[in-house]
Amino acid sequence: MIDILLYAFIAGLLLVIPAGPLGSIILWQRMAYYGDTLAHSALLGVALGLLLDTHVELTVLGVCVLLALLLGPLHRISGNSLDSLLGIAAHTSLALGLVAVSMQSGAVDLNAYLFGDILAVQRSDLILLTGISVLCCGLMLWRWNALVAIATHRDLAQVEGLPVARLEILQMVLMALLVAVGMKIVGVLLISALLIIPAATAGRLSRTPEQVALGAIGCGCIAVVGGLFSAWQLDTPAGPSIVVFAAALFFLLLPFGKRTKT
Amino acid sequence: MSALVTLDKVTFHASERQILDEISLSLKAGEITSLIGPNGAGKTTLVNLILGLNQPTSGKVKRQRGLRIGYMPQKLTLNAGLPLSVDRFLALTGAHRQARKQSLTMAGASQLINHSMHGLSGGETQRVLLARALLAKPQLLVLDEPAQGVDISGEEELYARISELRNQLGCAVLVVSHDLHWVMAQTDSVICLNRHICCHGHPQSISNDPGYLTLFGEQKTPVLAPYVHEHDHDHSMHGDVVEGGCQHD
Repeated sequence: MIDILLYAFIAGLLLVIPAGPLGSIILWQRMAYYGDTLAHSALLGVALGLLLDTHVELTVLGVCVLLALLLGPLHRISGNSLDSLLGIAAHTSLALGLVAVSMQSGAVDLNAYLFGDILAVQRSDLILLTGISVLCCGLMLWRWNALVAIATHRDLAQVEGLPVARLEILQMVLMALLVAVGMKIVGVLLISALLIIPAATAGRLSRTPEQVALGAIGCGCIAVVGGLFSAWQLDTPAGPSIVVFAAALFFLLLPFGKRTKT
Repeated sequence: MSALVTLDKVTFHASERQILDEISLSLKAGEITSLIGPNGAGKTTLVNLILGLNQPTSGKVKRQRGLRIGYMPQKLTLNAGLPLSVDRFLALTGAHRQARKQSLTMAGASQLINHSMHGLSGGETQRVLLARALLAKPQLLVLDEPAQGVDISGEEELYARISELRNQLGCAVLVVSHDLHWVMAQTDSVICLNRHICCHGHPQSISNDPGYLTLFGEQKTPVLAPYVHEHDHDHSMHGDVVEGGCQHD
């Protein structure tokens, strides 16, 4: 039991550490829905992975990156507004994924993909998770200033000579990476909650962008501890419990936000 | 004088709609150009083409190699969850603290260095954006509607500062404004835009204009100057060119 909890705890931390800064950037760019769409499309990746009998993480990553890269051109060509396009992409890929998974021979535990199964995390999963976590954090540290500059004013950043288009692709790939590994932990339906809620909580209490990122990591860690404790003591589902704790923390700290919306 | 940016018969379409039609102009080193036109004339689109943020549908935009552009956008909509001090906002360019202080002083905003970006007034935000534009050590300063959201005395102060900066730095300046009748007095050339270049000229000399004196009183150096349009065509309701004599000023 202690083994399972320890692995789950480490897996949770390895997920919320890169999710803190990445979620902050996504929130600043008002791209919360973008993360949701990528996460929903992950189920299509799961189906593809089962079909090809290969690592599910790889196909999820592939589908997410492909969708992220296709959305831009699709937006330009179709002339639809981005949010309607995101809505279409999110639910089409989710539905397609559900249909494709149902056609697999043999029983597939859909719940594990939809809501995650953090208590089933293995030692091999932890190695992959550590790699992805370190890679994401490293990439964000390397380009942090530029990513904040783009979130502040995209055109200004571009005139000042930042490779905005390439950095936006980097951001998409980071998001796809986190979805691919986070799916196992909190599931495709809740992974974007772990990006958004801790960052939103920290954003109200911070004075610098770095404080938001670190604060989001802190809030994420508290949510993981709380969620796992509740799963252990009250036998609640671990993934959703983590999200519930993150949300509870947000509401609990709501009165303490100094700044009003300007 | 060498041209920093040259536009040659530049046309721009956005989803079938023509926004700009055969624009040719050049921005010369050290000169102040005022770009004026009514709302919807395509001023911001033209600025984006000059900055390289958009590519023209046809025609050519030539920028001098290695041209340093300082850009002051029309507005800044910061996400409420992104806390930034003025100093941190300037540090996003990668500039050192000394350079940040210096450009804030030049923009007349040195006292704002530790303020939050979220609490600034319209005029203060404008000055901070100007300071950020100056960090590029610009050869060309592009100001998109800098006078928007500030009152008339704020506008005068801003224009006085810009012409002083031009003299100090020797940079060219492109100022966009939707005021059709008053432009910066130090303007070397005025471009009036309404999807195409309507007219092109110089502001009136102030000394003999009684209208200016009654409006602003006698000043040593006037900041605004009237601009008299010389159109040789007319526009229909849809902005299309109608042949015939000039009916509007």
